[in-house]
Amino acid sequence: MSNKTGPTPPAPEALERHRAAQALAYRCAETVGAGLEPGVTEREAARRMRAFLRDNGVEDFFHIPFAWFGERTAFRSLKGPWTPLHFFPSAKRLQEGMPYVLDCSPVVDGYVSDIGYAGVLGGPGTNRIFDALMRDLAEYRTLIPQRIKAGDTLAEVYAAVDALIARQGYESRHKVYPGRVIGHQVGHMSQRRNMGRYAFGFGLRTLETLGREIVTEGIKGRSPLWAGGRASRHAPTPGLWAVEPHIGFRGVGVKFEELLVVTGDDAYWLDDDLPHVRRWQLEGAYA
Amino acid sequence: MTQDVRTLAVTVEGGKLSVRTYGDPSKPTVLLVHGYPDTQAVWDGVVSELADEFHVVTYDTRGIGASKGPLLKHGYTLDRLADDLYAVADIVAPDQPIHLVGHDWGSIQAWEAVTRADSAQRFLSYTSISGPCLDHAAMWTRSGLRRPTPKAAARSLKQALASWYIVMFHLPVGPRVVWRLGLAKQWPRIIKAIEGTSIETSATLSKDGSRGVLYYRANMLPKMRHPEERPTSVPVQVLTPTGDRFVTPALAAQAPAPWTERLYVRKVSGGHWIVVKKPALIAERIKEFVLSDIATPGGPEPVRSLLRAEARQGTKDRREFEDKLVVITGAGSGIGRATALAFAEKGADIVVADIDAVAAARTVELVELLGARAYLYTVDVASADAMERFAADVKATAGVPDVVVNNAGIGMSGPFLATEVKDWERILGVNVWGVIHGARCFGEMMRERGEGGHIVNLASAAAYTPSRALSAYSTSKAAVLMLSECLRAEFARYGIGVSAICPGFIATNITRTTKFVGQSAEQQERTRQRVTGLYRRRNFGPDKVAERIVDAVRRDRPVVPVALEAKASKAISRLSPALARRMAKIDPTG
Repeated sequence: MSNKTGPTPPAPEALERHRAAQALAYRCAETVGAGLEPGVTEREAARRMRAFLRDNGVEDFFHIPFAWFGERTAFRSLKGPWTPLHFFPSAKRLQEGMPYVLDCSPVVDGYVSDIGYAGVLGGPGTNRIFDALMRDLAEYRTLIPQRIKAGDTLAEVYAAVDALIARQGYESRHKVYPGRVIGHQVGHMSQRRNMGRYAFGFGLRTLETLGREIVTEGIKGRSPLWAGGRASRHAPTPGLWAVEPHIGFRGVGVKFEELLVVTGDDAYWLDDDLPHVRRWQLEGAYA
Repeated sequence: MTQDVRTLAVTVEGGKLSVRTYGDPSKPTVLLVHGYPDTQAVWDGVVSELADEFHVVTYDTRGIGASKGPLLKHGYTLDRLADDLYAVADIVAPDQPIHLVGHDWGSIQAWEAVTRADSAQRFLSYTSISGPCLDHAAMWTRSGLRRPTPKAAARSLKQALASWYIVMFHLPVGPRVVWRLGLAKQWPRIIKAIEGTSIETSATLSKDGSRGVLYYRANMLPKMRHPEERPTSVPVQVLTPTGDRFVTPALAAQAPAPWTERLYVRKVSGGHWIVVKKPALIAERIKEFVLSDIATPGGPEPVRSLLRAEARQGTKDRREFEDKLVVITGAGSGIGRATALAFAEKGADIVVADIDAVAAARTVELVELLGARAYLYTVDVASADAMERFAADVKATAGVPDVVVNNAGIGMSGPFLATEVKDWERILGVNVWGVIHGARCFGEMMRERGEGGHIVNLASAAAYTPSRALSAYSTSKAAVLMLSECLRAEFARYGIGVSAICPGFIATNITRTTKFVGQSAEQQERTRQRVTGLYRRRNFGPDKVAERIVDAVRRDRPVVPVALEAKASKAISRLSPALARRMAKIDPTG
């Protein structure tokens, strides 16, 4: 039995389960974000996310919860270059006006979600750069499904995102992720072996699935990872994609990460009832 | 001079001073005090620039020109000279505080006056040109000797060498006799030789030169031996002429710092006798200071260069380019935008110019996001008219820039024989004429202002790397490189630095807009995508070039290759031109 639904879009009831997992993940980020106080560390924030999700019946994570504060939201290290080890929650303490990003991916009954949530301690109006980035981030949520519907390959969408970043005058921060990915496929994980075990921050089940996907999809000339290179020169595989545009400017980074549903000729966000979308709708930055 | 001159005599203890006043007495009074061996006539040029707006007063100091004074040096102590100054002020502006300006010995006397206990009631402001407070100077010298770091020792030594004549003046008889015996006759020639300025000598020069020696003898040794603490709350502007042979800028700028509450130190180019050489410039600086809210409560905010000149106690909180104005062409994207942000982050105000109004507006937003001020301009750098209008507009709204980055440029690639005349005209227009126009318009302003500045021209590694695929582009950039080198040599005398930046393959949208001549539109698009991809994989961003540009300005670097390939190619062009020629035959776009 496959560890994940195949290259067809998940059935409506499966989508509903993914949507519920995503809603839980965002509720987690929003709750933990609202409770962050000056002086709290990234590690403590990540621990709170983990506790929240466990308390709400989550038994496994696609990857362990991540939390980044201050310049680390833009993947800048004050000491030396950024390495993959820097992704892990650190002892960095939050201060008033400091941006933060929370990223968690609860798996509920095998249904994966993966979300990213950006905030600033003190709320809107305390950090001008954060506010500007957050406002401009809305454009990516429109652009990405639009380009897919227009028939672009994943690599072309990636290039369109790069061009928008250049036009806005920001930096691509998702290019720092391993493989420079802006997204990856997700699905249902039915296998129970290795549940709750992690390596390099990712669930062993995730790595197994991903490894298998890379091989099987690779044979078909596709990749479950979405980046700008040769491997992504194909139309998006029907299914669910976790898409995470991450932009930065001068030591502030913001992102969202949501599940995108791709069918043969359509692409749409799984859920619009999310904190950042509500915020954009209120501000009129997003139609 | 067109102004009405009124003369009056003011009797003081041991002498009688000849005073001249100009302009409307109901306007704010500016009192100008001359130096050695001049008379009040040294101010004539400055007076005619100021008399329309101010009540201007000059006088011959005691014993000099038409003023009478005692025969012995004891009558020439600074205390007496300051008494004279107060006496003149009390007559020409009774009960009204005035603005004071001093040059050379006049500046030394004026320092004495503004550092008296009650000076704040008498003076609204003081502009000092080339004459330190002797007490401050003595303290400064001592502090340099107390902690004799090589730097402190060097600056003290430099000042000591510049003060050779003061020692001479203390020799008995000699110096005074020399003035009497004919130095006065030779004086204009000497000044012409060392300062490059013609000055009119007064009929009393030989007497004044000889009498003035008493000023030195009465004050130099006592002040150097027993300096007093002389603070002042009067706002002080110190103008430090570059190339001053008698007062080093280090002394002029540093000595008053501990003793003044509000100090503004501004460089002016023009040598010691700048008041004669550039009266309009000096009048301008006096006006800017006197009219601003520093010196006149309720006046306008000081001009940018004045704000910048403020010497703050503990300069840590001052960002490197604060109150500086940086003009950047092609600032809507790539290296131009990154440079705008880099300077903005260091405190500068930015003039953002680009041919693309939307892109430029976005850069303005980003600059403002960093808390800096930005001015938006849409301009085609290839157009002489447009550039002249642009430069004039910048001067009127934002002021004279301190840094100009001629960055706007376009790419072009393809065979020479496929490059049409209009292609050549376009690339030379933007890449070469754009730089020429920028350097011409703003260079002229910088020279005129006399505070120096910096011009950065974006050349390219292609400027010294021949390539069969880049004949037009490389030619344009080679011109920029050579122009920069020549300008650097020429502009050094104005204190204007010139740098050429030679980047390698930088990931910007130049590759997306490069014209590949001799290719169909479709082929061009494919080539563009491929080259853009290559540049992106090279992964050298414009922000790193921007940092090098800031550094080039900071350290006045002549030629700056940026990125490894630019440095390697420079090395090859020097070590083995033959290898460079062989590599030129490879077509990197093919």
